Amino acid sequence: MTAPETMMRRIADPAARPDPYPLYEELRRTPVARQDDGVYTVSTYWEIRSLLNDPRVSSQTRPPLVPTPSGARSMLRLDPAEHDRVRRIVTRPFGPPHTPRRVFEMRRGMADTVRGLLDAFADKDQADIVDDFAYPFPISVICRLFGVPVEDEPRFHLWTESLLGAADFGAEHKPDPHLLDPDAAKIEMGGYLAELFDKHRKDPGDDMFSALAVDDGPDGRLTPPEQVATGFLLLIAGHETTVNLITNGVLTLLRHPQELKRLKDDPDLAVPMIEELLRYEPPVQYLPNRRTMDAVEVAGTVIPKDTDVNLMLAAGNRDPRRFPDADRFVPDRGDVEHLGFGNGVHYCFGAPLARLETRIALTEFARRVKGPELVADPPPYRVNPVLRGPRHLPVAYRGVRS
Amino acid sequence: MSAERIDRVVIVGASLAGLRAAEALRDEGFTGRLTLIGDEPEPAYDRPPLSKQVLLGQVAADATALPLARDVDAQWRLGTAATGLDLDGRTVLLADGSKVPFDRLLIATGTRARPWANEAEAALEGVLTLRTSADAGRLAALLDAKPRRVLVVGAGFTGSEIASACRERGIDVTVAERGPAPLVGALGGVIGEAAARLQRAHGVDLRCGVTVTSLEGDEAGRLCRAHLSDGTVLEADVAVVALGAIRNTGWLEGSGLAAGPRGIAADAACRAFDHNGIATDDIFVAGDVARMPHALFGYQFLSLEHWGNAVEQARLAAHNMLCASRDRRPHLWIPAFWSSQFGVNIKSIGVPTMGDEVVVTQGALEDDRFVAVYGHRGRVIAAVSFDHGRWLDFYRCLIESAAPFPPEFAGVDRPPPGTVPVPACFPDPSVPSHGPTVTVSGYAPSERRITFTPAPA
Repeated sequence: MTAPETMMRRIADPAARPDPYPLYEELRRTPVARQDDGVYTVSTYWEIRSLLNDPRVSSQTRPPLVPTPSGARSMLRLDPAEHDRVRRIVTRPFGPPHTPRRVFEMRRGMADTVRGLLDAFADKDQADIVDDFAYPFPISVICRLFGVPVEDEPRFHLWTESLLGAADFGAEHKPDPHLLDPDAAKIEMGGYLAELFDKHRKDPGDDMFSALAVDDGPDGRLTPPEQVATGFLLLIAGHETTVNLITNGVLTLLRHPQELKRLKDDPDLAVPMIEELLRYEPPVQYLPNRRTMDAVEVAGTVIPKDTDVNLMLAAGNRDPRRFPDADRFVPDRGDVEHLGFGNGVHYCFGAPLARLETRIALTEFARRVKGPELVADPPPYRVNPVLRGPRHLPVAYRGVRS
Repeated sequence: MSAERIDRVVIVGASLAGLRAAEALRDEGFTGRLTLIGDEPEPAYDRPPLSKQVLLGQVAADATALPLARDVDAQWRLGTAATGLDLDGRTVLLADGSKVPFDRLLIATGTRARPWANEAEAALEGVLTLRTSADAGRLAALLDAKPRRVLVVGAGFTGSEIASACRERGIDVTVAERGPAPLVGALGGVIGEAAARLQRAHGVDLRCGVTVTSLEGDEAGRLCRAHLSDGTVLEADVAVVALGAIRNTGWLEGSGLAAGPRGIAADAACRAFDHNGIATDDIFVAGDVARMPHALFGYQFLSLEHWGNAVEQARLAAHNMLCASRDRRPHLWIPAFWSSQFGVNIKSIGVPTMGDEVVVTQGALEDDRFVAVYGHRGRVIAAVSFDHGRWLDFYRCLIESAAPFPPEFAGVDRPPPGTVPVPACFPDPSVPSHGPTVTVSGYAPSERRITFTPAPA
């Protein structure tokens, strides 16, 4: 008898990408489980949540899955107190208390971008929601927010894809021939970001990267390598996850046409609906970057010291002990404290931005696109099991309202 | 459901606890007649912003109304105080002379600010307390008028938050505190020292170990100066008396309930005790006015003036007043509260005042970013954080599991090795902390003088 496939390998198998939820259900039968390779999976809601808030769990000590183009670490891979210092500095030009209106004031620009993208739907009767809508929209938002020239987008897109594609999740898959060698991508992207911050330092605009390059708050300024590491993280995070959230949103609504109609009739439904979406189809499926610093007992199981732990957010989000009817998409579920943005000190930095972008994208899609239908269900998925989302989402429709 | 039909539920106290209880009653399926009685004329509002955002001018004093989580379909008797309770007749008496009968009663009358003991001085223009939205509106207007100096009497949470708002607005402020440091009653002397440093770093003229002996007005009846027990005379246009709260139980005097200055005693199911110490079956209490035993804290009767406690007890009381006796749930909520002052978010979980020792477990006191854990006879009893609140869930688990103190673990942001517990330095509870002090001096009958020291912080 051959050794059983570990659950993580089965989850990483691209064949599981369209519907990993039966695997998560299987995983939840043992809330804290040691896999054959020694990694522990934690897959139930309260247990994940408690580890996300447990100071004995580090984000710093486990080797990274994705090669990073900087000598410094991003805050995603730092523990407090270092993490807290970097996060405070990066928060200063992004949100309250120092810059409370940054995201709010982007709403008009966002609405204009979405209008333009949907206007272009009018010439056709079918569109790819990923390439024609969910991808270009957040890209234009982060380019404006960070001060990245929009014409550079194809370059950093290729770099991030090449670096993300190099992540080893344990499953066999053919490397995409269009991608760069990860080491080359790392060097090029590192150089690009360093140069970009340099430019902003000399000629600062009102964007976030300029602020990071020149502002001195109470915690001082990030070092140049920290700036590059932060820029890399923010570009990927603002790039990959929102695309998936919007695409998952359109896919889920097309699978639940009555909810799409409700959203069309009542745009305010988008607010709770996005929270439910983050529970039901979270763009970040699990966190593969935690390691214990001490023995930690959770749900009656002791995870030994110095052990890698995968926190299975998407599994916890469907935990029936926490959410009644957990496998059903219920947009106005009142109690929806999901793990889609994580929890604890690493709680999603861009959450307010992602919420606003997704709200505008989904309400406008529901309002304007007439009779949308999925062309293929399931759609083709991207390989990455952590940042999970469709590669394409072809949708047919009967026209676009103005 | 219990055998007895419950058609009429009356809630006395229409603030946070009353409102949340009303919502919970409907959530629990109560379809009968629901009456809410409140002495304040306005609908329930949120109090935490009154000492923070309202004083900073970010939110108007009358704009902190609590949102309704659902339609409660209640009869509201706002602006009408309850004046009495007839236990046998199951009737609440109101100030307008009317009587409201009930099958179940929830008492959530909360607290009011402890007034300045000297009535003439308390009546001076510029002297006020802060409890209601009207108070906050008055204080915000006084701050808008750019006073030369604000005197805050008492450095508990409310007093400290007021001082913080003054400094943020660039107003000179003196804080007079009887104890050795701010927040010392709630958090002890060690954390109190950190709070003192924070206040001074933000330019507060903090004076500890002193009391305010008198407030002096000008001919127009406006506050002009204050006299401190160390002989200092301060010029000040505004004095905020922040000496804690008094429980609103006066209306229950003689009712037969176990109600007094320390609140209304109840069992862990929120059922009020009568004066024999026997739990009633039809009278429930929730919020600041309640005092009930907590299994995790040695079954001590805890009175908690916490926002979260009001919400939790309200829900619990609503559940327990409708359900059958075997379905009643105990009050097991772990006490928790927060404050925000001088740019620092302070959070507490557990019961710090039971702590005999305290140890920093994450961060550092001198950075104003830390978690400190309190121990009670070798077990973890509480934790307090300054700008480190995200970890408190972990410490809640330590409290709930009666983990050994000091907690030992390898983790992030741990202080250097050798960080050991120190005495938590709470004031001796046997020393009365409230109520005026009178001393007599002089020998000859003609020299005998009384020195009146008003209720200190």
